[in-house]
Amino acid sequence: MLEFSQYLSGPSAGLRLADLGARVIKIERPGTGDACRQLAIKNLWAPDGSSLLFHTINRNKESFAANLKNPDDIGLLRQLIEKADVLTHNFRPGVMEKAGLGYEDAKALNPKLIYAEISGYGTSGPWKDLPGQDLLLQALSGLAYTTGNEDDLPVPFGIAVADIICGAHLVQGILGGLIRRQKRGVGAHIEVSLLASLLDFQFELFTTYFASHKLPQRSKTANGHSLLSAPYGVYATADGYLALAMVDLKKLSQGLACKELLMYKQEDAFSLRNEIKELLSLHLREQTSLYWLELLHSYGIWAMPVMTWKEMRAHPAYQSLLMEQKILAGNREIITTRCPIRYNGQRLYNQKAAPQLGGQNQSILSELKTVKA
Amino acid sequence: MNLLEDILVLDFSQFLSGPSAGLRLADMGARVIKIEKPGTGDICRELYVSDVNIEGESTIFHAINRHKESYAADLKNEDDLVRIKKLIGEADVVMHNFRPGVMERLGLAYEDVRRLNPTVVYAEISGYGDDSPWRNLPGQDLLLQAVSGLTWLSHNDGEMPTPMGVAVVDILAGAHTAQGVLAALYQRSVKNTSALVQVSMFESVLDFQFEVLTCFYNDGEELPQRSRTNGAHAYISAPYGIYKTANGFLALAMADIQQLAALLPCKELEAFTARDEWFTRRDEIKGVLADCLKQNTTEHWLAILQPADIWCAPVHDYETLRRQGGYKALDMEMDVRTSNNILLTTTRCPLRVDGEYLTSPVGAPFLGEHTETINREFSLS
Repeated sequence: MLEFSQYLSGPSAGLRLADLGARVIKIERPGTGDACRQLAIKNLWAPDGSSLLFHTINRNKESFAANLKNPDDIGLLRQLIEKADVLTHNFRPGVMEKAGLGYEDAKALNPKLIYAEISGYGTSGPWKDLPGQDLLLQALSGLAYTTGNEDDLPVPFGIAVADIICGAHLVQGILGGLIRRQKRGVGAHIEVSLLASLLDFQFELFTTYFASHKLPQRSKTANGHSLLSAPYGVYATADGYLALAMVDLKKLSQGLACKELLMYKQEDAFSLRNEIKELLSLHLREQTSLYWLELLHSYGIWAMPVMTWKEMRAHPAYQSLLMEQKILAGNREIITTRCPIRYNGQRLYNQKAAPQLGGQNQSILSELKTVKA
Repeated sequence: MNLLEDILVLDFSQFLSGPSAGLRLADMGARVIKIEKPGTGDICRELYVSDVNIEGESTIFHAINRHKESYAADLKNEDDLVRIKKLIGEADVVMHNFRPGVMERLGLAYEDVRRLNPTVVYAEISGYGDDSPWRNLPGQDLLLQAVSGLTWLSHNDGEMPTPMGVAVVDILAGAHTAQGVLAALYQRSVKNTSALVQVSMFESVLDFQFEVLTCFYNDGEELPQRSRTNGAHAYISAPYGIYKTANGFLALAMADIQQLAALLPCKELEAFTARDEWFTRRDEIKGVLADCLKQNTTEHWLAILQPADIWCAPVHDYETLRRQGGYKALDMEMDVRTSNNILLTTTRCPLRVDGEYLTSPVGAPFLGEHTETINREFSLS
């Protein structure tokens, strides 16, 4: 797989395919490389000068430095495309075409290629040249109105959700293309946009909105999901927080020893959810999380403590997943997560660190020569 | 030509995680048959959200299960189980999201199913994984957000832990399951082998946080510090956030503070010259910006910032979004109709293949809609 993609959306797809066993070669601009190498979060860097973020997203890959404006390099890339099964890129529309590496060019070189591209907003329409950046997509797609309480500003998700979801969709499209290729011997052109992915992500909310014409309304307190009744949300207790999912109000009044809840009928659990949540907020503050959770679980009510990463990491339930792995970046050990998919009972670990910029140019060039000879 | 033509999926799963994987496979061309309990079916049918329902069934059931078939079978009934086992012999993929032990008790665990169908791809989604002390607890979206630390990433410092207002864990677990199934189908097409694909919601929500968790693992376990105002990402410098303007809101992604100071203009920002400070003094900078941006309209700021290539955008709700040319250009809406003539507008699959959108006008099935035809087709009774 040749990865012309940068930052997170495309490279997260490359990471998943690498973990599933593909050989992924990043095609990077000489000198600077994937712009993510210089993008640090919280100012954390690996010894090679690339950010910890880059190392997180690009482990288990190779790097081939090539300049899309240099004809010799384009010649080498065309040779690589002939040998590849999959190509991904997330340039703005027109960039690959200008380099002579658009879908039609690549298909002419290799008719069985799976050519997969990510755009911000699709390849036509008035937004096509806007920057495909995660927060902007969250703002434009309505997502920021799903989170936080009614009187809050729009609250974005604190994770690059558009990039991640879009990368996941790209993987699905690529694998679908590979399956068809195996049966039919044909390549595929797979396209997805950050906007389409984020709309798909909200498909339950959109479908409900299309039917009702009512905008999703966050609850006044303890908003968990704009479409769900009380008590769905997070509540403060005497010493922390707990989450309460769907539960019948009568059962909840038993589980929380809260007689006042019986004033409300189950049919009112949505329309009067602000009042009910307010009542619950006052009630839950009176005891500790542990007290409530023992009680709630004894009634089989869906509730869990709200944990920090520290608490989570110390918990046997987290430890039982064996989710962490160590990779060696230069002389520094980095702990990161593994692929979340298990195959035939096996967890997929891979300790190969992210590549140096152009780290595999020599070996890839000699492979090309060998194949030619 | 469909990517997944001739692929038959038997989906025993309910609610959202498994069925969202089934939906993606259906959109890519697979035939997906839901196996549902007679009388009630997928519990999601009854899951009323807000006060919106379609002839007694939830809008979300219809969104998740369009383009699928429904086969009603009581897995505790001998005869039904015989039919199901026969059907499994014909399937390419079997999926479920029961709690651990349920399929084993029915004699439908991976090892059993592999005896019925040696090249089956068998996928299962659990809440917390099979080895977990929490293995028997319900794998529910909000609860997974709570235990995984996710609620400490959104919103501002001093606010309550804030869940994400979309069932993100279900959706990711479904996406990962679809990936696993597709990869296994590809491997099968090369090597003709069966495979077991396992995903847990817990692993999926950890993977979702892989960038920030990797920071936490390697920086001495410092917990995320949300910003005091305009929080958008606990690990990214100012100005990253959503700001109130005189008539609405403005989203500002990564930007050079000095460039912003000159463009807006905003004199107080000129003090923050060192790049490091854009993170270490993030809260102060955001406070200054918030005061500045509320003085004028969203349109005013966009007209200044966008031509200078500053990454910014207005904030839409669904109503204003739907009026935008950029939204319409995606052609994302699609009408589907059920056999009962219920017409519903929903969103299409986000993938485009060979220049074509993957759409289908077929709505969700009523419970057991295809039982008879499937019985006849596969000579099951």
